[in-house]
Amino acid sequence: MATKKKNTEHVSDWNYSPSLESTSHLNLKKRYDLFIDGKWVKPSSGVYFKTINPANEEILAEVAHGNQDDVDKAVKAARKAYTDVWSIMPPAERAKYIFRIARLMQERARELAVAETLDAGKTIRESRDIDVPLACNYFFYYAGWADKLEYAFPNRKVESLGVAGQIIPWNFPLLMAAWKIAPALATGNTVVLKPAETTPLTALILAEIIEESGLPAGVVNIVTGHGDTGAAIVNHPDIDKIAFTGSTNVGKIIQKALAGTSKKLTLELGGKSANIIFDDAPIDQAVEGIVNGIFFNQGHVCCAGSRLYVQESVADLVIQKLKSRMDSLYLGNPLDKNTDIGAINSKEQLETIHKYIKIGKQEGAEMYQPKCSIPTKGFYCAPTLFINVAQSSVIAQEEIFGPVLTIQTFRTVDEVIQKANNSPFGLAAGVWTDKGSRIFNLSSKLRAGVIWANTYNKFDPTSPFGGYKESGFGREGGLHGLNSYVKLS
Amino acid sequence: MSRLEILKTYKIYIGGQFPRTESGRFYSPLDKKGKPLGNICLSSRKDVRNAIVAARKAFGSWSERAAFNRGQILYRIAEMLEGRKEQFIAELIQQGSTKKNAEEEVNLSIERTVYYAGWCDKYQQVLSSVNPVASSHFNFSVLEPTGVVGILAPQNTSLIGLVSIMLPVICGGNTCVVIASENLPLCAVTFAEVLNSSDVPGGVVNILTGTNKELNETLSTHMDVNAIVYGGDDLEALKQIQENSVLNVKRVFSYSKDWNKADSQDLYMISDTQEIKTTWHPIENIGGSSSSY
Repeated sequence: MATKKKNTEHVSDWNYSPSLESTSHLNLKKRYDLFIDGKWVKPSSGVYFKTINPANEEILAEVAHGNQDDVDKAVKAARKAYTDVWSIMPPAERAKYIFRIARLMQERARELAVAETLDAGKTIRESRDIDVPLACNYFFYYAGWADKLEYAFPNRKVESLGVAGQIIPWNFPLLMAAWKIAPALATGNTVVLKPAETTPLTALILAEIIEESGLPAGVVNIVTGHGDTGAAIVNHPDIDKIAFTGSTNVGKIIQKALAGTSKKLTLELGGKSANIIFDDAPIDQAVEGIVNGIFFNQGHVCCAGSRLYVQESVADLVIQKLKSRMDSLYLGNPLDKNTDIGAINSKEQLETIHKYIKIGKQEGAEMYQPKCSIPTKGFYCAPTLFINVAQSSVIAQEEIFGPVLTIQTFRTVDEVIQKANNSPFGLAAGVWTDKGSRIFNLSSKLRAGVIWANTYNKFDPTSPFGGYKESGFGREGGLHGLNSYVKLS
Repeated sequence: MSRLEILKTYKIYIGGQFPRTESGRFYSPLDKKGKPLGNICLSSRKDVRNAIVAARKAFGSWSERAAFNRGQILYRIAEMLEGRKEQFIAELIQQGSTKKNAEEEVNLSIERTVYYAGWCDKYQQVLSSVNPVASSHFNFSVLEPTGVVGILAPQNTSLIGLVSIMLPVICGGNTCVVIASENLPLCAVTFAEVLNSSDVPGGVVNILTGTNKELNETLSTHMDVNAIVYGGDDLEALKQIQENSVLNVKRVFSYSKDWNKADSQDLYMISDTQEIKTTWHPIENIGGSSSSY
């Protein structure tokens, strides 16, 4: 942990003793194959790639690079499983398999949490308390829907779509797999899922769990790989549905690729969400909310509250308290239970974040970073904020996907609504005020799919999630999330 | 001496006004006997852009209006349609319909308007939800209109197709820019006059005549259009629209139904151009008293 403190003005002298989560319980294989048709098969290219721990750059395992042939094999297996087994199974039986997966995940929760922290760089506190339990809960929640779908769509007959191709990001690897797989299975579809190339391990452990659960072969297929693997899924002619979570740029490529096809699409894309602090807000709680909004998961959150709007009359106070709170954040080994800010997911992402920090400085905004020591190995970025940012500034317009916050001030409610909505994105927004009527005013006028009022970054399987405008379309979670995987007649 | 009939100049409808196209151009679709229907406005790309500006301007107040009030306004459209029934029937016949079919089409258009008028203050209750999250928060999801919707009306009908795909869009609080059927445009223009006398605020519905081929692209590439509803049956055109829509991640919906069937209307056409918004708020959880005393 941090040892040499140069600037005692910002950093206290005392430190917590390290409290490392043990990794002894986790038995990673040296090499992972593809999980297709209920079996572990070698990639047809014979190519494997390494997945590393971004906290120290050590190699964790080798993972198969699936190509077009492998994707085709997986789609064939998924189609066969759909036709022969899954689509004709009584829904209540389908539900029992999904419940079983949820339980097995709970049983192996600790292992999953450690693997997630090692592979993604996120803090063990977060993996253990948020990602893994939530992932289990999504399976548990959607399992129960399998035999109740008619109640979700009044006056309609509900049918599954067929084979779903699912492509997920690296920021919440297991949780995103759960968001995708659980509703797809509950509605009677079979799945070909591609995890992100920097974070494939928990999806592969999930494949082991699925194998252990006795789920019929081919119902879930996990094909690891890079962008070309994802493209093979998107363009496969025998896939009925594509679900993608990731950047807006890639989302647009996928939307274009699907033009003229009958594939159903849901896109959960980028964001630049406004977090709005009014002068009557409980300031200390709001500061916690700001920190959670932007520094949670190192800012690798599509709905991160990355544009802070503070009412002018309290701006000085909020910024002062925010800086002091940032000074007390612990950055370091993600396995340490004291750590607040873990590792940036990859070298590439760290470079992207540095690029934006440089732009912010060039644009003339005032930067603040607490004096914290950065470990010499691994990828880390100090929590960063920019003050005096213009609405037109690149760092206030584009998604950075890192622990970088921009601060602007406002005077009136109308002004802040206009500023907050002045973005091509519309994923989420935060509002902090003690006044109920103002919350309802803002929550109805902000053009975003999720509004957190006096809270931020909360997720739940019953709660629909997804964006307006260029943040994508379709919802995941809750009753509304079922709609992404069914056809109605 | 027989009376000289007054012929109608067909106009387009933008922001509650009835201009001719800014381009000054026209086209003359023919009736079944090969006689021109009239000098119809050949709207330009600039007209489309103007209409989108009008639709965006109208969006705020239309979407925030009480659902009950929107219902009253849609019902008013039905009343006005009923009053001008004979005119629509005559126009349908002029465009090649039989008298019986024309009467049926107009009647059904009126019934359908009443149907969606009734939905205005009901779809929200049917499709929204309170979500039982596992933490101490109150969490609910409501429907909100997607925004400005570009509508390409079905080509094979003059009135019922337009009515059927436009009403669910405005019922849900969206505003729209409609491109009318190219060769059967008369009822679209007359329908604009109905809208204008039905308390529908200017800009909520904008109706242009012209060629799909020329106007599709402007509508589907425009960065301030949030969704496209396609009522045509040209799959190549649809593909082009879907590709253009990528620019700002527009939602694209295409319907191919027989709009003359009584059941070609439903709740899920309303929900297509709706977004789901979920709001969280903490629940204070201090002290020991519970609701059971």
